[in-house]
Amino acid sequence: MSNQQLAEKDSPRTPPTGIASADVGAQQYLSFFLGGQEYAIDILRVQEIKGWDTVTRVPYSPDYILGVINLRGSIVPVIDLRVRFSLPNAAYDAATVIIVVHVAGARAERIVGVVVDAVSDVYSISGDSIQPAPDVVGSVTDMFVMGLASLESKLVIVLDIERVVTTSVLGDSKAAA
Amino acid sequence: MSVDLEMEEILKVFFEESFEGLDTMESSLLTLGDGSDREMINTIFRAAHSIKGGAGTFDFGEISEFTHSVETLLDEMRNGVRGVTPEALHVLLQAVDVIREMMQSAQAKQPIVMIGANALSGELARILAQKAPPAGAAQPTAAAAAAHRPGPSAQNIGRPLIGAGAAPVRTPTGPFEGWLIEFVPDESLFQTCNDPLRIFDELANLGALDVTANTDRVPQLSDLEPTQCLLSWTLRLHGAVEHARVAEVFDWVDANSSITYEPLHANSQPASTTAAAPAATSAATTAATTAAPPRPAAPRAAAPSDSSPAAPAPAAAKSGAESGSLRVATEKVDALINLVGELVITQSMLGRFGERYEPQDIELLRRSLAQLARNTRELQESVMQIRMLPIGFSFNRFPRLVHDLSRKLGKKVELKLSGENTELDKTVLEKISDPLVHLVRNALDHGLEMPEQRLAAGKGEIGTLELNAYHEGGNIIIEVKDDGAGLNKDRILSKARERGLVDPDVQLSDESIYNLIFLAGFSTAETVSDVSGRGVGMDVVRRNINDLGGHVQIFSARGQGSTMRIRLPLTLAILEGQVLRVGKEIYVASLVSIIETVQSTRETLSCVAGRTELFKHRDDYLPIIRLHDLFGIEPDSRDITDGLLVVLEADGRRVAMLVDELLAQQQVVIKSLETNFKQVPGLAGATIHGDGTVALILDVPGLVRTFLERQSTQIGRAA
Repeated sequence: MSNQQLAEKDSPRTPPTGIASADVGAQQYLSFFLGGQEYAIDILRVQEIKGWDTVTRVPYSPDYILGVINLRGSIVPVIDLRVRFSLPNAAYDAATVIIVVHVAGARAERIVGVVVDAVSDVYSISGDSIQPAPDVVGSVTDMFVMGLASLESKLVIVLDIERVVTTSVLGDSKAAA
Repeated sequence: MSVDLEMEEILKVFFEESFEGLDTMESSLLTLGDGSDREMINTIFRAAHSIKGGAGTFDFGEISEFTHSVETLLDEMRNGVRGVTPEALHVLLQAVDVIREMMQSAQAKQPIVMIGANALSGELARILAQKAPPAGAAQPTAAAAAAHRPGPSAQNIGRPLIGAGAAPVRTPTGPFEGWLIEFVPDESLFQTCNDPLRIFDELANLGALDVTANTDRVPQLSDLEPTQCLLSWTLRLHGAVEHARVAEVFDWVDANSSITYEPLHANSQPASTTAAAPAATSAATTAATTAAPPRPAAPRAAAPSDSSPAAPAPAAAKSGAESGSLRVATEKVDALINLVGELVITQSMLGRFGERYEPQDIELLRRSLAQLARNTRELQESVMQIRMLPIGFSFNRFPRLVHDLSRKLGKKVELKLSGENTELDKTVLEKISDPLVHLVRNALDHGLEMPEQRLAAGKGEIGTLELNAYHEGGNIIIEVKDDGAGLNKDRILSKARERGLVDPDVQLSDESIYNLIFLAGFSTAETVSDVSGRGVGMDVVRRNINDLGGHVQIFSARGQGSTMRIRLPLTLAILEGQVLRVGKEIYVASLVSIIETVQSTRETLSCVAGRTELFKHRDDYLPIIRLHDLFGIEPDSRDITDGLLVVLEADGRRVAMLVDELLAQQQVVIKSLETNFKQVPGLAGATIHGDGTVALILDVPGLVRTFLERQSTQIGRAA
């Protein structure tokens, strides 16, 4: 008992216990819309959000790889998540944005742009409030869904963005057919 | 004996200068063959002299000793006592090698390699002992003679580096390693204002010094009389220093002290000396086992490693020192400094606006920004210039190589170099050197004939080998040209058929036949020599060149010689590109690969088996690549006559690529697609246009391969 008090005195940076417990396992997530549904991804993966830009098409790429853009001198591929998730009418308007995320690559970090309908909000979601996705979700999205989170009576799908990006960039792209 | 960092710096300069001196000696010795030029001999002598002096100063006794005998020989030549004989030149050239090797081991803080020196010093002594004819009798065309007449020395020495225990002859100067000095000063040493430390410092200037203090006579602290000197020392001085010079150091104290001198010999060295240098021990033992008894290199280890406690990894020093630096012409640096100066002025102009901005200043602001843009661009260009090195750096090694090889092969060769000042990127330069060496060796071994054969063929006795470099468009062309026998098409083809590389019924163009020699394992040489003939190499040559984004072409005429023409991009980071358009897509193709661009007419087009479209270009029929089909793009028009046909060459194959329009020709900076994405077949990378959009760079060889693969799978038989 007294040892613990001492320890706390010795480390003045230890936050008051009340706040600490509330934050346990809580992470911030960036949410966005895809075809009316709200999705969320780990905000630490997000590098920046940029407006729609001219994309250069790359041959032999699947349709959901829109091509590459120039991000301050680096060549960055852009994935359209709406096409990836087989959502209808992926229109490009003023709200269409590219979320630039970074994920672990083969050698260094890989930077990839992800096109979504619109960016929505930033949520703090604790780990235990994310429920595993029911098996019925099925299809392409299934393997990318980390879980479902209920926030203020709405459902947000939490995506494993690392998996989405890595499989999209490297995965089932068809070579010259 | 800790030597501070300053000393390390000085040592570094010494090595740099010495290697430079050796290069000078080598190139001068090679030109000296053409006629004994007094001034040239002087140059060589001076270089040898400063190496000797430097080596002595830095206590590389073996080097200075060996160089001394070289210097003696040169001195005799210089004074006209001795003529410039091919034999002497050959030995001198080998001596340069030996000194360089010794230097390298010294630089790496390894024991100095004495094998070569041991072998060669005997030879040097023999030449020196000869009462040679005076200079007048020397043959003016010594180089040719050198190539022609192997002379007795060649058999005796062999390669100096291999001749391990061949002829370990003692040099007349006597190979002692240094001195073992027992210094027992009088008790009154301190009172006579003598400081033993100063004496030791003096000694250390003569050579590396091991000091062991003998404290037996020193009493307990309570009994110690501080003004009494009860210490005595055992000193080991490594270095071939004359006794008189050592004794000189002790001049002030010898009256009252007991000093004994004992010459140190390599064999008498206690094992502890080598143990003091653990980093060098393994090398030392190898040297000791291979070297003959008289002068094993082991004890040498003590000196450099003792003196460098600040360098814990001496073995790594060598490789690091070689590659990391760049030698830049002073003018380039001056130009950079000027540009930076301008940039600073522009910056101060712009800085003013930050402090106080009036709307009427807008014009001035614009002008300053324009100036900033110009400065930046110029600075960028100048920095790129720094990476550009003259190809002479690579060419320089060839006179020696040709000299040695032609001598060995018994051929007479004249080497002509031109365009040594042509500049190319450092990376390219480094990677092209080995392929060039290979091509030159090939030309010497296979290309040029023996003198008799040449005479029989009605050619001059002396063959010519030309190395030529020049700019062509955005490329650099390097040619290796010989006037030898030329490639034997029939033999190459029959050999290829024999080995099943070519089907018996296939007819090949000359160029395709020549390109066969680039296949791995292909060799027509009847005998495998250590020069060439194993069939390893030409494939590597081509691969290296292709890796650099260049390609190699062979021109050959039977009996007249062959030319290897290497075409390389100037730099790897920047590509001289042709921008072209297909439908809405913009691509960049490397100008290197574009032969020409033509508008086709109906008459020049034909279609084989309903699938393969061909374009008649001069006398060749080229397959047509429809880029829009390959990349799945909607083009302006599918009619070939509406578009343009870009004739491309890759890996010795030509194809015609259909595009809609040619746009600008411009330099583009190559960016990797792989960093964030992945490799895409047919694409070499991407670049960024002035407007910020991305354009993809075509990988022409890859494109051709992809196309041919698709063709063959479509037609269903191997192409």
